[in-house]
Amino acid sequence: MSETKTKLVEIKGAKTYFPIKKGVFRKTVGYVKAVDDITLDIYKGETLGLVGESGCGKTTLGKSILQLIRATDGVFNYNFDGEVKDLRELSRTELDEARQRIQIVFQDPHSSLNPSFTIFGSLEDPLKKFGVKTRAERREIIGNLLESVNMPKHYMDRYPHEFSGGQRQRIGIARALSVNPELIICDEPVSALDVSIQAQVLNLMMDLQKERGLTYVFITHDLSVVEYISDRIAVMYLGRIVELTDTEELFKNTLHPYTQALLSAIPVADLDHKKERIVLEGDVPSPVFPPPGCTFHPRCIHATEKCKTDAPKLINCGSDGMDHFVACHMVEEKFK
Amino acid sequence: MNQDIILEVKDLSVSFYTDNRKNNAIRNVSFVAQRGKTLCIVGESGCGKSVSASAILRLLPELSRIENGEIKYYGREEPINIEKVDPDGDLIREIRGGEIAMIFQDPMTALNPVYTVGYQISEMLLEHNKDMKKDEAMKKSVELLSAMGIPQADQRVNEYPHQFSGGMRQRAMIAMAMSCNPKILLADEPTTALDVTVQAQIFELMDNLKKDYDAAIVLITHDMGVVTELADNVSVMYMGYVVEDGTVDEVLRTPAHPYTKALLASIPILGRGRNQKIEPIRGSTPDPFNRPPGCQFEPRCDYATEKCREAMPEREFISGEHNVRCYCYKEVLKDE
Amino acid sequence: MTQEYIPKGRAKQIARKMDKIDAASKLPPKKQLIKSRSLRKLISNKLSVIGIVIFTVIVLSSIFASVISPYPPGEVNLRESLRAPSWEHPFGTDKLGRDVFSRVLHGGRISILVGLGSALGAAFVGVLFGSYCGYKGGLLDKTVMRISEVFMSFPQMILVLLLVSMVGQSLANLLIIFILTGWGSVYRMTRSQMLSIREEEYVQALRAFGLNDFIICFKHMLPNAIGPIAVNITLSTAMFILQETSLSFLGLGVPVQIATWGNIINAANNMSILQNNWWIWLPVGAVISLFVLSINFIGDGLRDSTDPTQMG
Repeated sequence: MSETKTKLVEIKGAKTYFPIKKGVFRKTVGYVKAVDDITLDIYKGETLGLVGESGCGKTTLGKSILQLIRATDGVFNYNFDGEVKDLRELSRTELDEARQRIQIVFQDPHSSLNPSFTIFGSLEDPLKKFGVKTRAERREIIGNLLESVNMPKHYMDRYPHEFSGGQRQRIGIARALSVNPELIICDEPVSALDVSIQAQVLNLMMDLQKERGLTYVFITHDLSVVEYISDRIAVMYLGRIVELTDTEELFKNTLHPYTQALLSAIPVADLDHKKERIVLEGDVPSPVFPPPGCTFHPRCIHATEKCKTDAPKLINCGSDGMDHFVACHMVEEKFK
Repeated sequence: MNQDIILEVKDLSVSFYTDNRKNNAIRNVSFVAQRGKTLCIVGESGCGKSVSASAILRLLPELSRIENGEIKYYGREEPINIEKVDPDGDLIREIRGGEIAMIFQDPMTALNPVYTVGYQISEMLLEHNKDMKKDEAMKKSVELLSAMGIPQADQRVNEYPHQFSGGMRQRAMIAMAMSCNPKILLADEPTTALDVTVQAQIFELMDNLKKDYDAAIVLITHDMGVVTELADNVSVMYMGYVVEDGTVDEVLRTPAHPYTKALLASIPILGRGRNQKIEPIRGSTPDPFNRPPGCQFEPRCDYATEKCREAMPEREFISGEHNVRCYCYKEVLKDE
Repeated sequence: MTQEYIPKGRAKQIARKMDKIDAASKLPPKKQLIKSRSLRKLISNKLSVIGIVIFTVIVLSSIFASVISPYPPGEVNLRESLRAPSWEHPFGTDKLGRDVFSRVLHGGRISILVGLGSALGAAFVGVLFGSYCGYKGGLLDKTVMRISEVFMSFPQMILVLLLVSMVGQSLANLLIIFILTGWGSVYRMTRSQMLSIREEEYVQALRAFGLNDFIICFKHMLPNAIGPIAVNITLSTAMFILQETSLSFLGLGVPVQIATWGNIINAANNMSILQNNWWIWLPVGAVISLFVLSINFIGDGLRDSTDPTQMG
């Protein structure tokens, strides 16, 4: 199956570090290693879930793909209809072209729309920039966009405070769609919404994907949501990917101890769901001083001496031709 | 009278009068908390679940008041009608913290950043135990912190809240809340600001508290998963009304209110994969200042009839404690 | 049974207020004549309405000074020197026999011009730099920040002396001095506003479209910072009027031959006038206080009404 898929984005060795400055002279005393050596492919038309707890670098990785945050190192190859270019090396005009192809949907419906502008006012400028000259045309396009997210056309003349959280989030999706992108980075798009509204937005996103052949990178901390919407899932911990595989495989055959603990920790709204709760000790360490070796070893029940010194590599441990990448010494040894 | 009942809220209504408008935040809300049991109050933002908790402790903001109803506290020989006591008087101060303790959603704002954690816990102890000495209180604080699973509690006790991680702060809050062996613990979304793995730790802790101290826990949450994991009894709230109330088995297995049923159908459930069907609830929660005249859920309800448009239905008991505010609950039950 | 608590004192007042709102909520809703929420809140604030009324009265009478008062402000009439207030001269006359009422009205033109003009000028410069530097950050921001600190820490009096000795006393020079010393505070305020708005997700969304920095900064971000800026303009207008008065009193402000509020008070800089001829300094002093007070009221009202956290 994987042979027929085309790679849209190919990330190799991505690192995004934020300097920590201290003192009068703002000397750099260390780095927050938000994204630390990530290699990942995104295929056309798929939904890739990026899962992890707060501070694991999932949002930074998403914004680094979009070049909203400049990565410190690494290659972000993007497939411009067959012509592969590194997003980090693009010139300004080329980047503008890329920005028509990659868009983002944000988390907080309250801060994602400008309170001083009507919806039309907020959505108009990007269209102007990408060559829609007349006002009538822009109104037409924005009207159609609103309709595609199940809202009446005339809402474009209203202000954000007139809308509920779910409606604003749909407008946020419409804005991302306004330039006909191929790839949408969804940064926790439903986390701030009420549960009864989440389903509306999730189903809308899935419908839009079918209609327009979109590719999603779906960033979230909510595994139930990601299981529902994703084709593949990458589990992140402290700036690294610890497990990456198909959604079904991940839930059926969970290999990494962190993923196992994460899955068991999630409260499931199903009374018949039987499980053992694995309660991890301690907290996620600071990304400024990640533990040496495997970053998960201080909390891992299976940790050995090797885990404390050697960082495990992301290795394909799948069987039956299934790709299942895990970064864990224990799993690796078993696989051999 | 059931001996286990420690707190009984009956037909409680609270209104807010801010900005020269009247908002009926909660209307005729009734529920009971029992010793050694967890009551979950579940609902979406703005449904009045937090208001109920503040009303119990008489911590309502200035321009708001209890309009009618009773809050009966059975922790002493004589039952106390909390709604009638002076909100700034000595009696309620003894009860607050001493007998009914509360933990909040955001542990960072609930702890004072300029005092050490130990100082804040011992202050609480000294306030409620007049004959306790300072060093005794400090010793008790260390004990409490280590009982809540904070490593090196004797050192940690002298640290400031900002030196604690989110999970540890919430533990410190719980330690503070449990310091005077309260009979009731009110927890207002205690884990919403925390990561899932840390959330699991806190839940483990709360489960133990229930068993070891025989405390009644009132847990306010929006997460159906949390309800499933922790609750013994559930009250579902919508727009200021308790629409359904009963044991967790009754409410989650045989939901009688269309809202409960729709809510359960709208959340993706972990482990059910991509092919599960989730049904969004249509529309959005109404504006509290522009409420539907009859049943609050009527505009979004699939079972709505003419009658629903006229008045909010009264509580009807289905079996035992299971009660519901719906004219059509029999049809809802039939459709299971 | 618990004894019922009956509210007393302040709690009783609040209870009464709630009863009133409760009663009003049962009536059919009134039609709201004014659509804008901010304007409605401004008007419901009593103090700011008083402020607006006083402000308008003073501004209008200054504008129509020559209609209201028959005497030209500079007309010397030595026979009428130092007359006490009368029907003919409501505020009396000064040493040179000039009508003080007329001078107060005409002086208002210049003083208000100086106050408003320098406030607007300082705001223009401050907002221009503040928005862009706040949005872009980096070296440019640091440099402008340091420059603003230099201007703000420089003693104003010395700057005035310097400029007056270099280019002479004039209205324009005063304006320039006020703008030079005043833009720093607006700059800092705008910058800090922009720093917080920059983190809003809609700004990131615009950046994700690769829009021009100027469009993002001045078109999309600035309107959200305008509330506090407007408040700052009103408050600094009051401050500049007071500064003009004190500088003119010292003889460093506007040239003496032009009537301004400061120059009128300047005439009272000797003991005998201060003791015997109260009408020369008291009415103009009262007008200045009233005007400054009214502006402060308006400023406070504006701040509350543009604050989105206070709904209503």
